[in-house]
Amino acid sequence: MFMIFGIPGPLLFGQLLLGLINGAFYAMLSLGLAVIFGMLNIINFAHGALFMMGAFVSWMLLNYAGIGYFPSLILAPLIVGIFGLLLEKTIISRLYKLDHLYGLLLTFGLALVIEGLFRNAYGSSGMPYRIPAVLQGATNLGFMFMPNYRGWVVLAALVVCLSTWAIIEKTSLGATLRAATENAPMVQAFGVDVPRLITLTYAGGVALAAFAGVLAAPIYSVNPNMGTNFINTVFAVVVIGGMGSIMGSIVTGFALGVIEGLTKVFYPQASATVVFLVMVIVLLTRPRGLFGKAA
Amino acid sequence: MFGFSRAQSIAFLVMIALIVICPYVLYPVFLMRILCMALFACAFNLMIGYVGLLSFGHAAFFGMGSYIAAWTMKHWHIDAVVAIALGGLTGAALGLVLGYLAIRRSGIYFAMITLALAQMVYFFCLEAPFTGGEDGIQQVPRGNLFGIFDLSNDMTMYWVVAIIFILGFLMVHRIIHSPFGQVLKGIRENEPRAISLGYRTDDYKLIAFVLSCLIAGVAGGTKALVFGIATLTDVHYATSGEVVLMTLLGGLGTVFGPIMGATVLVSMENYLAQFGAWVTVTQGVIFMVCVLAFRRGIIGEIGGYLRLAL
Repeated sequence: MFMIFGIPGPLLFGQLLLGLINGAFYAMLSLGLAVIFGMLNIINFAHGALFMMGAFVSWMLLNYAGIGYFPSLILAPLIVGIFGLLLEKTIISRLYKLDHLYGLLLTFGLALVIEGLFRNAYGSSGMPYRIPAVLQGATNLGFMFMPNYRGWVVLAALVVCLSTWAIIEKTSLGATLRAATENAPMVQAFGVDVPRLITLTYAGGVALAAFAGVLAAPIYSVNPNMGTNFINTVFAVVVIGGMGSIMGSIVTGFALGVIEGLTKVFYPQASATVVFLVMVIVLLTRPRGLFGKAA
Repeated sequence: MFGFSRAQSIAFLVMIALIVICPYVLYPVFLMRILCMALFACAFNLMIGYVGLLSFGHAAFFGMGSYIAAWTMKHWHIDAVVAIALGGLTGAALGLVLGYLAIRRSGIYFAMITLALAQMVYFFCLEAPFTGGEDGIQQVPRGNLFGIFDLSNDMTMYWVVAIIFILGFLMVHRIIHSPFGQVLKGIRENEPRAISLGYRTDDYKLIAFVLSCLIAGVAGGTKALVFGIATLTDVHYATSGEVVLMTLLGGLGTVFGPIMGATVLVSMENYLAQFGAWVTVTQGVIFMVCVLAFRRGIIGEIGGYLRLAL
């Protein structure tokens, strides 16, 4: 067995991989938050609850309808996305003229309702979700054994994050979206249906959270609290990255996951708090966030 | 009286009368819980109502105050008032550090930063040996007040809690109506203007934050003595959410709103406790209804109807 900094190599790489996986979820969730914030100017506190819903919908599809992992990777985000669409149309759209803080409060209430309902129906102990047969087992990479599913999560998250980035930065739809973020009335004057764009943006961000939820289902047990465990850290990630840039959210998400993983190797007691410590340092040195634009 | 308007004086006297009468009719421990949460909500209201900053991490100060009061009471066997004061000072000290970081941003970011910092405090409490981790600090004695009054008697404890609550309430009121409070309101309305007038607004915001945390710590410390325990629930973000909801439901920026909100929510939790997670669902629904249809809150609506500032 070889050693790096006095740590066995497989242990180091194992924690690094775990860090990358957490980072993948941070990236997907903070990306969704950033996209929604850019367009709607609200912080979607229900993001964690919708992430949890994604995991639950895939569990329900499997157990009630016999629909497997791969179809539900498409279906669950679609279902939760439609739920988000309805939410935006019926409730959230009433808040745009108010102080941003009301959006935060409303979506916080929404998160409580969603989580409370799931806790009533399924308890809080959590249900297992089996890793699909194709992705079971592990691959020997030479320096470590990598469980196939974990590698798949990192890969899938990277592809989804980069596609989101490409759609927003490189397509004409994305250009319209960015324009509407800057100056909605002007874009509307050009004949773009901005309210519809806003609705679709919210649904898209929510679908992203649900997709992350499906990916998370086989790793963490499917339970009503899985979203809140993540979302508080994700808020710190968002503060660190600043919500100005899409690529910024992705990079910050993955980087913080890796930092967290490394802390687990060298000083396990601090692994839960290290992200918050990074946030403190960033606030002291660069209050608007690493990728944030000047206010 | 104390800078109250006529209507507020009447409301204040009604409140005092209720505080005096209620323990003879209702269970004193239940009332003490209301008073502790009401004081906590008043502290929170100082920030959101008069500085316009939404702190989503106030449980950190409440919980730390609770832990420190419980720990000192249990291990040092000090006077109850000293333990509660230490709880308050802990809240203030923590508020100074976290506030210094958080006031660098405002609006939504302030809310997210306070939430994240409070989460850090939560993880600290989970790991630190003195908090007892998942078990919390249990069987905390209520002790004596000034070495004379035995607080293990519920009624004696009730009067102490009532006096702490009234003093805290008057302190918040005094802060709001002082020249300092006027500057805070100026910052809330138009911060660049306040800066251009020469006010160091960050200092004002930080002092207000520390005062708010002081009172939150006192509320937490009192709560720890009343129930004899300090647990992770006190520092959990759900408690932060609860105090936000109490203030929102009663009316943001009203004098009596937080008290009304605390009374309604604590009573509701009391009666719904047997239904498990339905408490959470109900809280969520109240949140949404308040934001969508009822933004002035109960006291705000009553005040609006009577055309009075309550």
